[in-house]
Amino acid sequence: MNLDWQTLWLFGGMLGLLTVASIIGAVLKVRVHTEDGQRVVDNLNARTRAWWVMCAVFGGALALGRKAPVIMFAFTSFLALREFITLTPTRRADHRALFWAFFIILPLHYWTLGIRWYGLFVILIPVYAFLFIPMRNALAGDTEHFLERTAKTQWGLMVCVYCVSHAPALLILNVKGMPNGNARLLFFLVCITQLSDVLQYVWGKLCGKHPVAPRLSPNKTIGGLVGGGLSAIAVGAALWWSTPFTPLQAAGMSAVIVVMGFFGGLVMSAIKRDRGVKDYGELIPGHGGVLDRIDSLCFAAPVFFHLVRWIWT
Amino acid sequence: MTASLLAWFTCFLTGVRARWQGCAPIAGQRVYFANHTSNLDFVLLWASLPAELRRTTRPVGARDYWEDGGVREWLASRVFRAVLIERRTVTRENNPLVPMLDALAGGESLILFPEGTRNPDGEVNPFKPGLFHIARARPEVALVPVFIENLNRVLPKGEFLPVPMLCSVSFGKPLRLAEGEAKLQFLTRVREALMALRPQ
Repeated sequence: MNLDWQTLWLFGGMLGLLTVASIIGAVLKVRVHTEDGQRVVDNLNARTRAWWVMCAVFGGALALGRKAPVIMFAFTSFLALREFITLTPTRRADHRALFWAFFIILPLHYWTLGIRWYGLFVILIPVYAFLFIPMRNALAGDTEHFLERTAKTQWGLMVCVYCVSHAPALLILNVKGMPNGNARLLFFLVCITQLSDVLQYVWGKLCGKHPVAPRLSPNKTIGGLVGGGLSAIAVGAALWWSTPFTPLQAAGMSAVIVVMGFFGGLVMSAIKRDRGVKDYGELIPGHGGVLDRIDSLCFAAPVFFHLVRWIWT
Repeated sequence: MTASLLAWFTCFLTGVRARWQGCAPIAGQRVYFANHTSNLDFVLLWASLPAELRRTTRPVGARDYWEDGGVREWLASRVFRAVLIERRTVTRENNPLVPMLDALAGGESLILFPEGTRNPDGEVNPFKPGLFHIARARPEVALVPVFIENLNRVLPKGEFLPVPMLCSVSFGKPLRLAEGEAKLQFLTRVREALMALRPQ
């Protein structure tokens, strides 16, 4: 069990936040009368309900020890990769390579985390899977769009498996001055990534006017980015006591998370727009697919992980 | 038990969403007819039904394919209680309609693939006439069009290992044979009703 008093405080804060969000949603439901407003409020409440479930799953996994979050993230990767590949126009000849990606490479990659084999963890997908996927596709013999098809499978593995897995990889680090504190570091990363998304959404709704990239994502506004980003950094700085960081360092790390997370959302939106869809899936009510929820984490996790590893271990 | 396990596994691979667009998942004798692209088609359709409907719904399969004396035969006869019909050498004695009409007479619902074979590219071939004869013999049975999307990418024809891919199963409005409707006219109409369910 990872439950020390600091973790319990963090969980308490999470519960408090969810409760406040649910109460605000209930009040808005009664107060708002316009049809458009009702739609926004219903979507907001669906999102809050989904947050309860996601927090319960994530919190439960964190409380269970080191293996449970690894398994949880492996499953998340599976769901994300399934959404990514569904949206990618693969051909019949990709079938066997995709089977490898889902059922051999993905479990093997998370297994390296389970046994703390960092050396293999960092190269399995960028080197060996990178080489293996085109090899398997070449054997299948179909040359049409060969490079695109191969690249798309490689990209799916990199984003949905490799990048995401850097979040639970925090659990295998030996952080200076913080024995057994890795779960809180993972909490910090996920919490700031998701809060940054939520706060950008809220600030965007309140005072967002000018979209940052109107063709990619009309909902990402300069007002939302600045207001949401600064508030997420403030929350991150205020959570310094649960991490190995000083308040200033916690703010800096939060800023990195905010910026990387913002670009993660933007890049994954660009792919969706190119494929002509709004969401990657419909697994999480109000949010869309799993990949819609973790797109920011995909980009923030590796950078956060490397900074922690270089500076605090 | 094995059937539920297979249904669960198929749902795990496909994250399937049943979209009841034209009718509700309620009791009542029906013939579900669907596009056919994969061996998992009937498992996925069957898995999309509520448990109480599954018990009385049987898939229709080709005798020459499913009676192989091995796993397929066990799955067809024991696990899914398939109604096996002749599609190669049809004679008066082994008329494919008879087993289907027998099952309907027993009060059961059917899952039918009127194209007669799997179509690997995901398109919908012209229908075989069986559906017309069923509609004429049992006019009270509702014919429900079902469009299965993306499953040909999960388990294409000729592959035996599946790949995870999101799928959807869309149930349309029940159809019946119209008064004096000719065979070709009817088969074209129901095929178009099926294709209209394809998600955009």
